[in-house]
Amino acid sequence: MISIDLIQKTAETLMDKAAIEIPDDYLEGLKGAASVEDGDLSSFVLKAMLENYEAAKEDRRAMCGDTGTPRWYVKMGNETQIEGGPIALETALRRATSNATNGVPLRPNRVHPLWRTDHNNNVGIGAPEIEYGYEPGGEWIDLITVHKGGLFGTDYRMLFPSDGIQGIKRFYLDSLVAFGKRGLACQPAIIGIGLGGCKDTCMVLGKRAACLRTVGDRNSDPKIAELELELKDLGNSIGMGAMGFVGKSMVIDTHIEVGYCHTGGMQMSVHAFCLSSRRAVARVFADGRVEFRTDPDWFTDYQRRETVEWELPSQEKSA
Amino acid sequence: MGTAKPREIRLSTTPTPEALAALKLGDVVYLDGLLYTAREGVYMRALEGKANIPMELPRDSATNFHCSPAARINADGSFEMGAVTATASFRFAKWLPEWFAKTGTKLVIGKGGMTSKDYKSYFVPNGAIYLSTVGYGTGALLGRGIEKVEAVHWNEELGLAQAMWVIKCNKMGPFIVASDMNGDCLFERENAKIAKNLDRVYEGTRPATLKRFGETDDKSEELI
Repeated sequence: MISIDLIQKTAETLMDKAAIEIPDDYLEGLKGAASVEDGDLSSFVLKAMLENYEAAKEDRRAMCGDTGTPRWYVKMGNETQIEGGPIALETALRRATSNATNGVPLRPNRVHPLWRTDHNNNVGIGAPEIEYGYEPGGEWIDLITVHKGGLFGTDYRMLFPSDGIQGIKRFYLDSLVAFGKRGLACQPAIIGIGLGGCKDTCMVLGKRAACLRTVGDRNSDPKIAELELELKDLGNSIGMGAMGFVGKSMVIDTHIEVGYCHTGGMQMSVHAFCLSSRRAVARVFADGRVEFRTDPDWFTDYQRRETVEWELPSQEKSA
Repeated sequence: MGTAKPREIRLSTTPTPEALAALKLGDVVYLDGLLYTAREGVYMRALEGKANIPMELPRDSATNFHCSPAARINADGSFEMGAVTATASFRFAKWLPEWFAKTGTKLVIGKGGMTSKDYKSYFVPNGAIYLSTVGYGTGALLGRGIEKVEAVHWNEELGLAQAMWVIKCNKMGPFIVASDMNGDCLFERENAKIAKNLDRVYEGTRPATLKRFGETDDKSEELI
């Protein structure tokens, strides 16, 4: 049984870390981009961003004033039991979101879409989102918070099988150029692409590809991995850099996730995770251990499974 | 890394016409003095709701930041402001002509700039300049430039994110000069340079088979 108090306490720490500490994989990626950038204005912007990450950590203040829309991805091993059950878990995550909004402080971004009601705590109808995943085996819970920013950088197009890779490249470029102008996408960013599924799952896959995979990580399908690298290079050949100034750093990495779709279509979504790629992760165990990390490690073989059955590890089967 | 370093300038938030005329596209600016945040909430309340603006403008400040801070109001009434970052300005264009007339604003700070048409038709006639934040998202650096949070107005009515925050700045920056007294636009200049390369990048790609209303395929369009 995992302590609910420990879950809430850990979740509050994660909210703070996500807002303040740029993950190492993204930081290294951005340093790499800064080292090859030769556009004068773009170069100035990247240097300012690198200074900004340091200032945020030194002062323990949010790296960006727009602290995004906090959400939770929760993953559990098959044997996990939570004190108070799933209702207590969701309450703990809503409390942590509210407390951290006031504590760090974060910007209370969440309002009612029509009445603009603001509870000043980033909690409301459907907010924060809480999404779940499960893994075969183990008694632990992964708490992953992502505070993706902004209104721009995400789009969807219904492609068809005959559009092929050329159609994928077109929509990818359309999205990067459109949202890259004037830097609305807050590039250079991790770009996530969802392919297939239904419209809603296609958006979910692309968002998770952007927010739940780290820079340098490749899809387990070698041909998709190759396409990821090709698209990354294509994005960096546009001639556009940070803030939409002339430059060559548009994309820090490109990730693709796929899901089986209707036989007549090839749904595609594109998502840009901004310069402040806010994500933080912790695994909480039943014995009270907490391990913090920045890699969500969401897309395991189990999450990408294609088969009807999945064999449980033998240990769990006999238990 | 690029070699040419941009010019760095200290500027008052109630700047003289001469200081504004000397600014060039791409200059880097740091601000001193009082500024206030105002975005759709403040514009709607002041201009459409005809509420009295709770500051003496432009006497107190001639600088309007399109921003909501990551901030809280403590139980004792004091303020905690961590990071400040701009929000995209293009969607506020409809309110700005009246706002200029009412407030004498000389500096508008935000994200992404406006169009050269906006600059020529109401920035230049009002002697005003647009400054862009950098990144975007140098929120922590800008936060260091806050000497003091002087006040927050209309928090009850608009909420923390839309309220009118009054901030005393000490070398707050960096900002980039994105318009000038000709009404020229830094982002349009950059977009025009980038557009020349786009045909080559798009070569061999396939346009959408299913078209959608309300969209364009002209890559040189500004889209805002």
